[in-house]
Amino acid sequence: MRIDCQHVWQHISAYIDGEVDAELRAEIDRHLETCEICSAVLDSTRNVVVLMADDRVFELPAGFSERLHARLDRELELAGPS
Amino acid sequence: MTASNHDSETEQRGRVLIQRILAGERQLFHELIAPCERSIYFLLFSLLRNEAEAEDAAQDTAIKVYQNLKNFRGDSQFRTWVLSIARNEGLGRLRKAGTRREDSLDAETDEQTGDYTPAILTSWREVPLEALERQELGALLRAAIARLPEIYRNVVLLRDIEEMDVRETAAALGITEGAVKVRLHRARALLQKELAPKLEGFAPKRTGMFGWFKQ
Repeated sequence: MRIDCQHVWQHISAYIDGEVDAELRAEIDRHLETCEICSAVLDSTRNVVVLMADDRVFELPAGFSERLHARLDRELELAGPS
Repeated sequence: MTASNHDSETEQRGRVLIQRILAGERQLFHELIAPCERSIYFLLFSLLRNEAEAEDAAQDTAIKVYQNLKNFRGDSQFRTWVLSIARNEGLGRLRKAGTRREDSLDAETDEQTGDYTPAILTSWREVPLEALERQELGALLRAAIARLPEIYRNVVLLRDIEEMDVRETAAALGITEGAVKVRLHRARALLQKELAPKLEGFAPKRTGMFGWFKQ
């Protein structure tokens, strides 16, 4: 049975994470071979996922770590774990 | 996989650190908490949507982790336990401020995948990672993520930005693994729809129809 585009879109996230079973993966792969639209949707979704994982997108505020550890130092001086 | 070996080594090291801290070597707490800093901050930023408040809450979280260290049972990963403390800190602040939005509740029982129509573009195939050097691309991504409903934002933040696995994300957020997968799917679909047309302009020149696979 040939699956339709809507069906492919529903499984795109699981497909990217390698969480679809072998049978469904094979069906999706077959569909992608001939469907330019779905392979573009897959690529752009995967691109978004790749970009989000880049540490340059979400950076800690400047000085965050220093301020955190300075506050911890004050706390650590006060008392041990209660 | 090497990632899980690395994880278990990190866990092992963490357990040793915890014992030493509890035995009196307090200063080692800096070393214990450092690998969790990013995740603590961004989980809180996702909940509170305010840098200064997220930072303040992150500091309070770290102190609560320290004060409660002896209660860590080791039946979950340390980072998962830390993030559940961060989440409680964030939710407590929202409750106090009376700004807890109810959009978090509706998807708890809503497990259907939902139909969506993605942005359909055939020309954006390559990841414009070099373009991240430009501030505007990062700003676009952050703005799109900030606009996601809270329940999707939290999941995307832990799974795709902090790269935690499904089990850890579910434990940190107090939801099922199924809910993590459904929300992640929806979040990515919403982001693809919004970002694909905008990011197309950042893509390097096309090298061919299947540019993505060429790298």
